[in-house]
Amino acid sequence: MDNLNWSTVNVNEAARRASGGLLQRMLRLDGLLVGLLLLNAALGLLVLYSAFGGRIEPIQSHLLRLGVGFFLMMIIAQIPPWRLAPMAPWLFGVGALMLAAVLVIGEFGGGARRWLDLGVVGFQPAELMKVALPMMLAWLLAQRPLPASANQTLLAIGVIVLPVAMIGVQPDLGTAILVGTAGAAVLFLAGVAWRLIVALGVLLLAAAPLLWIFGMQDYQRNRVLTFLDPERDPLGAGYNIIQAQIAIGSGGVFGKGWMNGTQAHLDFIPEQHTDFVFAVLAEELGLLGVIILLSLYGLIIARSLWIAREAQDNFSRLLAGALALTFFVYCSINMGMVAGLLPVVGLPLPLVSYGGSSMVTLLAGFGILMSIHSHRRMWSA
Amino acid sequence: MSLELLRDKAGERRVVRSRLAVVSVVLILVFGAILGRVGYLQIAQYEQLTARSQDNRVRLAPVDATRGLILDRAGRTLAENRPAFSLTIVPEQVADMDALLSNLDALIDISEAERAAFAEARARSRSFQEIPLRLQLREETVAELAINRHRFPGVEVRPRLARHYPYGRVGAHVVGYVGRINERELRQGDPNQYRSTSLTGKTGVERFYEPRLQGELGIEHIETNALGRAIATLDRRPPTPGEDVQLTLDIELQRLAEETLGDYRGAIVALDPRNGEVLALASQPRFDPNTLAGGIDQDTLNALNRDVTQPLFNRAIAGRYPPGSIVKPFLGLAATAEGYINPNETLYCDGTFELPDVSRVWRDWKPEGHGHVDLTQSVAQSCDIYFYELANDMGIDAMHEWMSRFGYGQPTGIDLPSERSGVMPSRTWKRNTLGEPWYTGETINTGIGQGFTLATPIQMATSTALIANRGQPVRPQLLAKPEALSLGPTIEPIELAEESHWQHAWDGMIETVHGSRGTARRLGEDLDFRMAGKTGTAQVVGIAQDEEYDEETLDARFHDHALFTAFAPVDAPRIAVAVVVENGGSGSQTAAPMAKTVVEAWLSRTDG
Repeated sequence: MDNLNWSTVNVNEAARRASGGLLQRMLRLDGLLVGLLLLNAALGLLVLYSAFGGRIEPIQSHLLRLGVGFFLMMIIAQIPPWRLAPMAPWLFGVGALMLAAVLVIGEFGGGARRWLDLGVVGFQPAELMKVALPMMLAWLLAQRPLPASANQTLLAIGVIVLPVAMIGVQPDLGTAILVGTAGAAVLFLAGVAWRLIVALGVLLLAAAPLLWIFGMQDYQRNRVLTFLDPERDPLGAGYNIIQAQIAIGSGGVFGKGWMNGTQAHLDFIPEQHTDFVFAVLAEELGLLGVIILLSLYGLIIARSLWIAREAQDNFSRLLAGALALTFFVYCSINMGMVAGLLPVVGLPLPLVSYGGSSMVTLLAGFGILMSIHSHRRMWSA
Repeated sequence: MSLELLRDKAGERRVVRSRLAVVSVVLILVFGAILGRVGYLQIAQYEQLTARSQDNRVRLAPVDATRGLILDRAGRTLAENRPAFSLTIVPEQVADMDALLSNLDALIDISEAERAAFAEARARSRSFQEIPLRLQLREETVAELAINRHRFPGVEVRPRLARHYPYGRVGAHVVGYVGRINERELRQGDPNQYRSTSLTGKTGVERFYEPRLQGELGIEHIETNALGRAIATLDRRPPTPGEDVQLTLDIELQRLAEETLGDYRGAIVALDPRNGEVLALASQPRFDPNTLAGGIDQDTLNALNRDVTQPLFNRAIAGRYPPGSIVKPFLGLAATAEGYINPNETLYCDGTFELPDVSRVWRDWKPEGHGHVDLTQSVAQSCDIYFYELANDMGIDAMHEWMSRFGYGQPTGIDLPSERSGVMPSRTWKRNTLGEPWYTGETINTGIGQGFTLATPIQMATSTALIANRGQPVRPQLLAKPEALSLGPTIEPIELAEESHWQHAWDGMIETVHGSRGTARRLGEDLDFRMAGKTGTAQVVGIAQDEEYDEETLDARFHDHALFTAFAPVDAPRIAVAVVVENGGSGSQTAAPMAKTVVEAWLSRTDG
């Protein structure tokens, strides 16, 4: 490659790579990460099967979606980072245009506009943004030496605010938070000065009352109030939170046993196959199950962070780090919400919750991570 | 390049790596917090929460709200809720299920599909839960079951409300229909509002006014025993019924419009030009919303979707047709206002038009031409040559600007989902969609509403209302509530320097119907009021230069579309209509009489 942005060859490394595993050399996959993802998905299937009361059809369609996700991951892993980087601004542009299109002409339903109707399939452009925004920022910030200068930072903040605002007004608070975090993650990794981070934090806190008054729908405000005090409306909005916690707590250390959760099977847990599936796991598999899930998530994130650390150019580093962080935030928000640490935000539990295009996006992100890792030391020859 | 070499690569790597280290610490802290919280619940709170889970007695069940009615302008019910009965079985109360099913079979004829669905539902439910066997029972069956009740222990007949459309196919595209909410719609809305059993509007008014119609779910607090069996209802937060929605539509005029179209595919739109109220919005072919509402079987739905005539498609707001000659009054108006033509000057039409340096010859629909015609006569006789010249003088930019001001190429903003905007071509449009520059020949075609131009019937009717109002636009409106009219039209009022310009457009349209050489003169013969109209005949396929259009040899799918727009009575317009008949042949023969039927019916029914 003639692109000098990419680091120079290290002959020793190249030799070492040649002896790497088959998965990495031929399929461009990361064996460890693939293994962890598969284990996690398997655990998810187990929990889902119980949450669906032993029905097989939803499990089949879930498997199908998993298959599509893993396939997409494999395809994306074949695209080397130096081809990915120049695509970033285009992908971002297309994503932003589609978001704008959703606001203007998007399918209208129940007060929220999120879908773009592309003939047969509905498509949520916000999903694309989850990957396109960090790519765009990594590309942008990799143009200049790190740490990012004040000008670069300001420009980057602009790039973050645009899509986040468009998703926020759809309104889709959960996704807006995720996309915003993915963007902020890139900035953070790019070494933005701590005092700037503190200043931004203060600014956000100051803006919170404004968001409360102008930026939120009634039902969203209600959720926050209910989070602060679930007993405020124990049979209404607080019901879900209370029942989820009863489910978790009554699971104890060893759980009530697979398929034996009373809270889950008597329909006390709301949204038990989607956003609240963590409660089913905690009830049936107990603290041990939670520890296993947390370990799997932890290892997946640790491996992703390691890939970021080992990446050989700024674009790859920033992007890999941001993808790892997004996944981390995803898991944390969902588990935090179900465990009663955070207000209810409509986000699924990654690789476990039923359905949703979000799983496919997540796996696409892991495809990028694997590409970054498996294409090390090959470029700028 | 030198800059690249000067970059402190190691230093930059350190920047990111140190931040990654920070992230790792945060990861440990956050996961620690989650583990701590779960551990606290599962160890410290274990006893207490286990106790709560064991005597978890109060379960919440959603109670559906009664959906609002849809009424026409006279208060006739277009969509209502009818009690329907479903048959359910509680397995644990049945000693011998096979015997019961065969007994029931003798009475209500259980199909294989029902049997299979029941068996499947039974396998995944608890034995005390009611499992539906059939959702819609006929009334005789309900009576018979009531008499034979003692023979069927464990069988329950449950009342519920089902959506019903008393007028059936009439107005089906406008009213729409409801169906079981799907996962996608569920995720779009407020999850607290919708629960598994809810119905939601799928198309038409049912969909557009869903928030008004739907009301708010109630909640029932049901006491259960430790196994989850319901013992008693403790408390009830009653549902809030949805609001009724009254429409401006007149269902009898709607029926007439649909029946007038008959077996043709096409659309008729009738508006009150004074306020934009939609009087009729017909689209043929139609469908029966009653077969779609509340659980349609997959085969019927597939058949409807696969039907090449697209009965589910609302042609009146989403069908896009070349408007043909009905654009002529608009272009004549624009060219007069901009000074491209003097409406009183005549042009000699010999039936052909040529451009310098272009080998193609443009022909009039009348091979021998119309002779000397001024603007009024060119509109009345629909002379193509006059408008080829006009288009050539005006150019595509001015035509695009003016036709957009009349509302072409953009949605009218009618209160229905899935309205299409049509196409009013421009240089920019062509570059963006086809990646090609604009050619002069295309300007000529645009002058008679052919070429790339596409318009929906609702646009044609709305723009006709604009002419009837002499520049005052309206927004087509189905909701018969004055406050919703405050939305306002999507286009600006058109103010012309000389008020008399409007009269030229009017004169052409009046002459069309009442003039001795007007294309729709046969219509004027026995009218007892004065009507202004414009015929249009739009080509579906390009006819080669020297070929004649011959209906006999052409497949019916390629016959011309017939169009007609009109408003009446001329001294105080109370109705504006647009008729589009797919492959109907000529506008004057097919579409104009249909418009007349609708206009006459409406005017005879309303006085002033």
